[in-house]
Amino acid sequence: MLEVMGLNAGYGEIQILRDLSLTVEPGECVCLVGANGAGKTTLMRSLSGLLRPVGGSIRFDGQELARLSAHDVVTRGVALVPEGRRVFGPLTVRDNLEMGAFRHLWPPNKEKGRHDGFGRDLEFVLTLFPRLRERLQQPAGTLSGGEQQMLAIGRALMTRPKLLLLDEPSMGLAPLVVKEIFATIRALNAEGIAILLAEQNARMALRTASRGYVIAEGRIVNSADTAALQRDPAVQEAYLGF
Amino acid sequence: MTGMNDVMDRSRGRIKSAAPPRRAVRRFTSDHALLGGVWLVLAAYPFVAPNDFLVSLGVLFFINLILIASLNTLMGFCGQISLSHGAFYGLGAYTSGILSVKLGVDPWIGVPAGMLVAALSALVIGLPALRLRGHYLAMATLGFNAILTVLFNELVGLTGGPNGLLGVAPFSIGGLDIATDDRVFWLVWACGGLVMLSILNLVKSRVGRALSALATSEIGADALGVNCFRYKLVVFVLTAAMAGLAGGLYVHYNQYASPETFGYFTSVMLVVMVALGGWGRYWGPLFGALLYTAVPEALRSLGDFELFLFGLCMILVLLFFPGGIAAAVSTLGNRLFGKKKAGGRA
Repeated sequence: MLEVMGLNAGYGEIQILRDLSLTVEPGECVCLVGANGAGKTTLMRSLSGLLRPVGGSIRFDGQELARLSAHDVVTRGVALVPEGRRVFGPLTVRDNLEMGAFRHLWPPNKEKGRHDGFGRDLEFVLTLFPRLRERLQQPAGTLSGGEQQMLAIGRALMTRPKLLLLDEPSMGLAPLVVKEIFATIRALNAEGIAILLAEQNARMALRTASRGYVIAEGRIVNSADTAALQRDPAVQEAYLGF
Repeated sequence: MTGMNDVMDRSRGRIKSAAPPRRAVRRFTSDHALLGGVWLVLAAYPFVAPNDFLVSLGVLFFINLILIASLNTLMGFCGQISLSHGAFYGLGAYTSGILSVKLGVDPWIGVPAGMLVAALSALVIGLPALRLRGHYLAMATLGFNAILTVLFNELVGLTGGPNGLLGVAPFSIGGLDIATDDRVFWLVWACGGLVMLSILNLVKSRVGRALSALATSEIGADALGVNCFRYKLVVFVLTAAMAGLAGGLYVHYNQYASPETFGYFTSVMLVVMVALGGWGRYWGPLFGALLYTAVPEALRSLGDFELFLFGLCMILVLLFFPGGIAAAVSTLGNRLFGKKKAGGRA
């Protein structure tokens, strides 16, 4: 479904990603583990269109995404949950979720009803995260870190993604909350949404995904199913702290 | 692989969701009712004002309101800082004024032309500056204002230079000149109302919410499919056109324009008034315009001391009411009427 080939990307003169290739199959949950500064976020930004790659190709469902802007990538079915959550603090939880449906609310679809599927999408997210339902009218900035992460994921789901890109969902969260978030990620994957998960918390990521890539200095240095990666001495030493 | 759609279909049984989403088309809100009410009350002003001088201050109030409300839309709702609102004000004034003086163009055509010139120059500055994040717009607009001040002063053949542009014709309808304070009042009253109504419809719409979102996090908004650059540019151009309108109204009311009205100092004061009124609050500019119009008159006898007092007010407001006067008023209202934290931003 997602096929990245020979991707080069960076900021100005500084090249971060070097000839990077990876794939995500439909319905798969793939993780990307690597140290701080390895290029995980740069890859996520390139995939979601926030950063235009210098070279290489990003094919998604047979379409080339590498030259599209972020707002066009979203409509192709790829949604990013950005690093640091980036919820809209002054807006209410409900407004944040409606922002996720931004591209679906206009133009109004006369044939399928005024807000084709909006209520269903919202109900799905609120069933997934019941805590958000209690806080619908509250400004997002007043939520706890874990609730903000739920909101960021819920907001991305409102775009109706086929592939969900999660950038460091565990960042700054308490261990119990991290467990909860990863349980939700597994549940979403079980519903059929493909997931690409970038994490510094390699232990959680490798337990959650079925396949993994190890990224270092902008290159993929190892890839295998996660059971094999967890047994790999090099991975154990570098990322799992054995 | 249908992913989400499958999921949605499975959960279809549970649809009973809350209210429908915020509509893209305008709708009538309590703020619309309040706006209508406030404008009716303001209409009484010329009848109760004891003299022409106070009516003329009323005219200035509406012109300042258009300036401050448009800048608040850009700064408060969209999060972009512009330091050239005075220049767009001046472009509107000089374009329409020069057309009137040199070519005898009717103000009804000159004012839209001035709005267009202001909008186009905003487009030219905004195209490069808004691509960059952060405070590039503030810097670019600061330079733009400086350039225009020089042009207003030096293009003596066109603008009359430091002596000002003299002999601008007033508005007229069917031979009836709209030159006196009590007549101009109705023109600026109507224009101010229209501007406030369009801003209300904008901020209450789906696009308006996208603007608040991108003001908080452009990455977040981009990732949801908002074309942040385009929206910022459109709002910048639109608000520049509104400042151009204010300039056109000003020049045909005053029948005169001089460069210092549209200088850097004006741009900074407008930013200050947005903050004093209430940054990003719809009703804030009403208070900002009131201050901006009334306080200089009240302090006129104090000379340079006026600036000192303005600075002091600014510091006090930001210390004690960081949300500006509008926030203080809504807090006070809630306290008086016992509403606990309504959550709604005035």
